[in-house]
Amino acid sequence: MSLIHEIDYGTPASTAETMVTLTIDGRDISVPSGTSIMRASMEAGIQVPKLCATDMVDAFGSCRLCLVEIEGRNGTPASCTTPVAPGMVVHTQTGRLKDIRRGVMELYISDHPLDCLTCAANGDCELQDMAGAVGLRDVRYGYEGDNHVRARNNGDINAKWMPKDESNPYFTYDPAKCIVCSRCVRACEEVQGTFALTIEGRGFGSRVSPGMHEHFIESECVSCGACVQACPTATLTEKSVIEIGQPEHSLVTTCAYCGVGCSFKAEMRGEELVRMVPWKDGKANRGHSCVKGRFAYGYSMHKDRILNPMIREKISDPWREVTWEEAYAHVASEFRRLQYQYGRDAVGGITSSRCTNEETYLVQKLVRAGFGNNNVDTCARVCHSPTGYGLGQAFGTSAGTQDFDSVEHSDVVVVIGANPTDGHPVFGSRLKKRLRQGAKLIVIDPRRTDLVKSPHVEAAYHLALKPGTNVAMMTALAHVIVTEGLADEQFIRERCDWSEFEDWAGFVAEERHSPEAVETLTGVPAHLVRGAARLFATGGNGAIYYGLGVTEHSQGSTTVMAIANLAMVTGNIGRPGVGVNPLRGQNNVQGSCDMGSFPHELPGYRHVADDATREIFEKMWGVTLSSEPGLRINNMLDAAVDGTFKGLYIQGEDILQSDPDTRHVAAGLAAMECVVVQDLFLNETANYAHVFLPGSTFLEKDGTFTNAERRINRVRKVMTPKNGYADWEVTQNLAQAMGLAWNYAHPSEIMDEIAATTPSFALVSYDYLDRMGSVQWPCNEKTPQGSPIMHIDGFVRGKGKFIRTEYVATDERTGARFPLLLTTGRILSQYNVGAQTRRTDNVVWHEEDRLEVHPHDAELRGIRDGDWVRLASRSGDTTLRALITDRVAPGVVYTTFHHPTTQANVITTDFSDWATNCPEYKVTAVQISPSNGPSEWQVEYDEQARRSRRIAGKLEAAE
Amino acid sequence: MSHDSTSTEDKLIRMANQIATFFESQPEQERIDGVAGHINKFWEPRMRRQFFELVDNGAKGFHPLVLNAAQRIRRPAPAQAGHG
Repeated sequence: MSLIHEIDYGTPASTAETMVTLTIDGRDISVPSGTSIMRASMEAGIQVPKLCATDMVDAFGSCRLCLVEIEGRNGTPASCTTPVAPGMVVHTQTGRLKDIRRGVMELYISDHPLDCLTCAANGDCELQDMAGAVGLRDVRYGYEGDNHVRARNNGDINAKWMPKDESNPYFTYDPAKCIVCSRCVRACEEVQGTFALTIEGRGFGSRVSPGMHEHFIESECVSCGACVQACPTATLTEKSVIEIGQPEHSLVTTCAYCGVGCSFKAEMRGEELVRMVPWKDGKANRGHSCVKGRFAYGYSMHKDRILNPMIREKISDPWREVTWEEAYAHVASEFRRLQYQYGRDAVGGITSSRCTNEETYLVQKLVRAGFGNNNVDTCARVCHSPTGYGLGQAFGTSAGTQDFDSVEHSDVVVVIGANPTDGHPVFGSRLKKRLRQGAKLIVIDPRRTDLVKSPHVEAAYHLALKPGTNVAMMTALAHVIVTEGLADEQFIRERCDWSEFEDWAGFVAEERHSPEAVETLTGVPAHLVRGAARLFATGGNGAIYYGLGVTEHSQGSTTVMAIANLAMVTGNIGRPGVGVNPLRGQNNVQGSCDMGSFPHELPGYRHVADDATREIFEKMWGVTLSSEPGLRINNMLDAAVDGTFKGLYIQGEDILQSDPDTRHVAAGLAAMECVVVQDLFLNETANYAHVFLPGSTFLEKDGTFTNAERRINRVRKVMTPKNGYADWEVTQNLAQAMGLAWNYAHPSEIMDEIAATTPSFALVSYDYLDRMGSVQWPCNEKTPQGSPIMHIDGFVRGKGKFIRTEYVATDERTGARFPLLLTTGRILSQYNVGAQTRRTDNVVWHEEDRLEVHPHDAELRGIRDGDWVRLASRSGDTTLRALITDRVAPGVVYTTFHHPTTQANVITTDFSDWATNCPEYKVTAVQISPSNGPSEWQVEYDEQARRSRRIAGKLEAAE
Repeated sequence: MSHDSTSTEDKLIRMANQIATFFESQPEQERIDGVAGHINKFWEPRMRRQFFELVDNGAKGFHPLVLNAAQRIRRPAPAQAGHG
């Protein structure tokens, strides 16, 4: 094992197909036209000295170090900005070049501190490398002249010196070490797309400046880390590197935050994680990252982690630490007792979309083969279950149709009910890059998200619809396309069922679906809807990206179908740049669905009633499987309240905080006799648990995650589990305690079993993944390389199915008592219920959830910015502080749900999607009023949570 | 403030009606099979058992399409009793 060194080719790859042959230092090399001489040289194995060039950003040509001589041309052009030409003869090392380079380096070093031995970049400094490469032996100018290095020159204050900016929790900016190569500025612009950095001043006075000469933390900086990665010196350095030192080995692994699934190099020193650096070859992120994956991994070493198993008889008792054997034996005997006493169907399990495919597979296997029922569900129930259902109906597969690279070929992008710059930041950056190149954007969202208007990005249309009217909006868009003759008839005739199309076209063409007719429902002016529809239908490659703002509604599944209809009617399926792209929430929520976490489906989306599928698993597992669907999470809770469901094994999910209608969830959990929680921390659900099994982090185990583009990425163990066992081992040990003869020695053996039983995974193995880097399922005999784009020559189900999408208003309506609509969302720095991110320095960006209120609604109620407000719905009430903003429309309020004290789900109701029971988080009728502080419920809840977290013999844990 | 709790029976009726409302908008020949197929595919036996208890006892509030589809919804085997 050693440090993975990625080659920096200096300038980005050219995508041209024509090849150009040239000679560099006597070697012939062929490269795509448009390639720089610098890159061509590197491909030939010749490293031209460079400082301002790096292949993550476009060439800039400022450092004058990469000069070359070209036969037949005058002067010494920069190799980074000079493209190759056929027959060119290039020399990268001549007497003249050597002199120039040494002169340039002398100037750089004359204004640079000479503290190499104690510098954090020692061993990883390009300036140091270049000094060595050009043979710098002397600095003729000396070090005493004008400089940015010293606070004082001969006792006088040096106005050019600036102190170190340590305001960002994760990295420092030391202007004294800056060589003003602009790599950070360009990374912020080109890669991240935030434009937070600039060069202020000019000539010798030039300095990198966050915002308008601000500190990093006060600027627009989103702390993605691209600038730190781009910096060739110690100017921008991770604080962890300053503290620990340079890493000595690294492994490529996959981020455990959102569904983008970025690849990172975990750079280590022994078992200590030094830093996470995005991996250039990672096909989801292409070398980019966000603040969470790059920096917010500190939770894995947090003192709150529970490392020993614990049990208690009653949830009012303090926890008692026990041995693993005792814990397993207790769960086994309790579950056996519950099944004997209340029937086989009285227990179930919840798989974790934060855990690996292998771990998820084992939990559903434990439920199906061990408990003998299908009572297994996963958090996808509350996020993208409508995607699975809707796309399954329309196309025949329960997943997105594209890879993330596809966006580079899109001309018109529709973003509906998603906020990628916060929720899926790395995809957000890739999308913004395409938009800056000229692609058009249509945003359909009740709230003015950052994408609607941010530096160098502006939506052509923002359809700010009323929450809950997605179906009306999507059907109106289809109405325009059909009635104005913009449908792609050839595509539909070839790929879709024509008679179903005709039926659907007749339906959407009805006048009641016209933009004018639905204006009263959606609140969006009809001409905007018409304009957006025309743009989407005629603007070239059209792609639709969507998120939980689509699925988490009582008509979530219908909206997914409407999206599929829209893609089919415009012929936007089956090639790069188009498609239907659900932005999945959790790192492995796609994988947990693939692995049979739903109560009606075995792995590979095959219904439990299908005899042939059951037979495959019955043979493999040596048991008889139930052909009846099991309970979904909300059904489990209902059954628990009714007294027929008594025991639940929950791996890595916090249903009490994340599921709607907290009081009902609490009542359901409280009614159970054995709740087993396996997690890193005593999460909110654990307040109601009888057994706690410590979990392990993604850094502590081997496995795979499957991201939103169906990409199966390896997760690699870089340190020993602090709790002693990876989660798959815990499940296996529990299964053994229950009498199941499982004997997996490594997660790769679990993947082999998945491949043997699930056709879309047939060729997947750890060896194959190591060879390929990653693959997108289906990966089998038909598509051995995996499937970046689906439905290329036809739909998986045969013909694409158009389905009528009738708008049905949700039962959750505003009225005199609850006149406002609450909708919910996310923020960049925090993740989901915050269990991880709240235990990192990310809290500096978002220490509490705020309620966004339109100035008009606020004034009407006498609420000022920062005031405590009481937020009440028919389910319950809570309090939080107001943020007055016109990002939300009058009549709409908005909050995030990253902090447990906010108790946002006390407010949300038990309404859910008609097809999948996915909760209607995105629409709740509420009232707000000024308040003095926490509600009675919040006080009670805090007290219960505090008591519930007591561990016998230990001081009370403070969060 | 009081919590307007909904009983499991009320929820089942609402869920069935939501399914019926969707399929009611579909072409006529797909409606009954749509509702029955959906419930067969996704409702756990005890939910269907509760559903039939309601239907058999003439519970009020069901969408007519639900009642029309009831014949095609699989009646689950009687509950496997526990020993408690």
